[in-house]
Amino acid sequence: MPTLPITARITLPPSAQRGEVVTVRVLVRHPMERAVDAPGLTPLPRKILHTLRVTYAGEEVFRMALSPGIAANPYLEFTTVATETGDLVFTWEEDGGTLYQREARLVVT
Amino acid sequence: MTVLSRRAVLAVPLLLAGASEAAAADFAGALRAILKDRSPDEGAIAFDIPPLSENGNSVDLSVRVDSPMTTEDHVTAIHILAEKNPFPLVATFSLTPRAGRAEVATRIRLATSQKIVALAETNRGVVHRATRDVIVVLGACVETG
Amino acid sequence: MTGAWRGLLPLTALLLGGADVRPTQEYLSPEIREAQEDPSRHPGWLWVEEGEALWRAGEKPCASCHGGIAGMTGVAARYPAVASDGELLDLEGRIERCRTQHQGEASFGRESEALLALTAAIALQSRGMPVAVATDGPAAPFLEEGRRFYQTRQGQLNLSCGQCHDDNAGRRLRGDVISNGLGTGYPAYRLEWNTMGSLHRRLRACSLGVRAEQFPPGSREYLTLELFLASRAKGLPIEAPGLRR
Repeated sequence: MPTLPITARITLPPSAQRGEVVTVRVLVRHPMERAVDAPGLTPLPRKILHTLRVTYAGEEVFRMALSPGIAANPYLEFTTVATETGDLVFTWEEDGGTLYQREARLVVT
Repeated sequence: MTVLSRRAVLAVPLLLAGASEAAAADFAGALRAILKDRSPDEGAIAFDIPPLSENGNSVDLSVRVDSPMTTEDHVTAIHILAEKNPFPLVATFSLTPRAGRAEVATRIRLATSQKIVALAETNRGVVHRATRDVIVVLGACVETG
Repeated sequence: MTGAWRGLLPLTALLLGGADVRPTQEYLSPEIREAQEDPSRHPGWLWVEEGEALWRAGEKPCASCHGGIAGMTGVAARYPAVASDGELLDLEGRIERCRTQHQGEASFGRESEALLALTAAIALQSRGMPVAVATDGPAAPFLEEGRRFYQTRQGQLNLSCGQCHDDNAGRRLRGDVISNGLGTGYPAYRLEWNTMGSLHRRLRACSLGVRAEQFPPGSREYLTLELFLASRAKGLPIEAPGLRR
């Protein structure tokens, strides 16, 4: 399935040593519409990013299941062991099946 | 007209009561589905969430589980549950030994003051638990100017 | 650079004399203040990224006249400003003018995502720099209009801006701390909005709060008020894109 680009800000250290545990921070632009119908709130159909998968040099290293209880413009922090220079590929799946993708390169020395 | 508006007024508290009962049931159900009759250990999780949040729209939290994260012994999943949210299972993080550390952070929405539970499952079948009470000044379900 | 400006702040506060006007960042909770300074955790940077892309986008991009966006350093600190035709423009108004008069494009529209993004990216170039709006010459009558608006009791609650932002700054209202009501952090990402918004959107919330008439973004009332707020903030640092509760 084709993927669409999405505005995201992925923060990695400029480089890492092999075996080092690096912290990855991700902000992604998404309203995370909850379909909550409460007084004073505009009811909109639910549309959230419900899954994030992260691969590193082709292998899945992290996965997150998101609910409507995740704040708008989701923020996430996790760690991964630096193994080789390669791309971290972030794929978000939205309600309805649309896939969004962003990449960031981790340089390992 | 009068009848309709009276009905609308009466319907509100009923709906709210129903919703919070459903949330409590969902919360218990979500906990059971993860625990699968196992009793959780306390103490292995450092769970950081502010005890008082000015705004339920965005509450920072972080979870760190004491784990060697080796092939033999590692955390496979971290769950965040919110007792009184419309969707009590807020997030599940799936980890492998390649994470190096069992450490995640995110931002969640909180409908109201409540109990927040972090659960961590290991590949050995152990479940760790940490619970925090948080006070929310403005819930996530309001929208103002 | 930010650090250097901060060093000047106590002095600036002294020069302002009796009116103790402090940067909004000093009223923020430690968590929000810390996140405001951290691009990896501040959602406003998502808009900055989009704004930087817009700077280079289109048939006649901003960059074709202005060069790199870094050339905008200091610009946000001088707005609102009076244009050559005598009109008072805020930064958004200036960008919209560029769009229609120089770039041959349709205006983005007030509160549009594109205008917020571009404004945030341009304002960021002045982050940490002291507000330096012109308040004399052609700006003087606008400043007086803004001052009158600030000082006039309004709405069903019959409150003037200063009754909260001067007399009660530092005290709590609806779970938040009342600041000196400066516009230096806007456009800002507000948690209450779940998104980025302009100062004028924030002012509409103030007007609603005292049950007074809400003016449209870009209205003369809010433009002149913005100029007066900027005159109060002279010498204090630009915080945009801000992070607010």
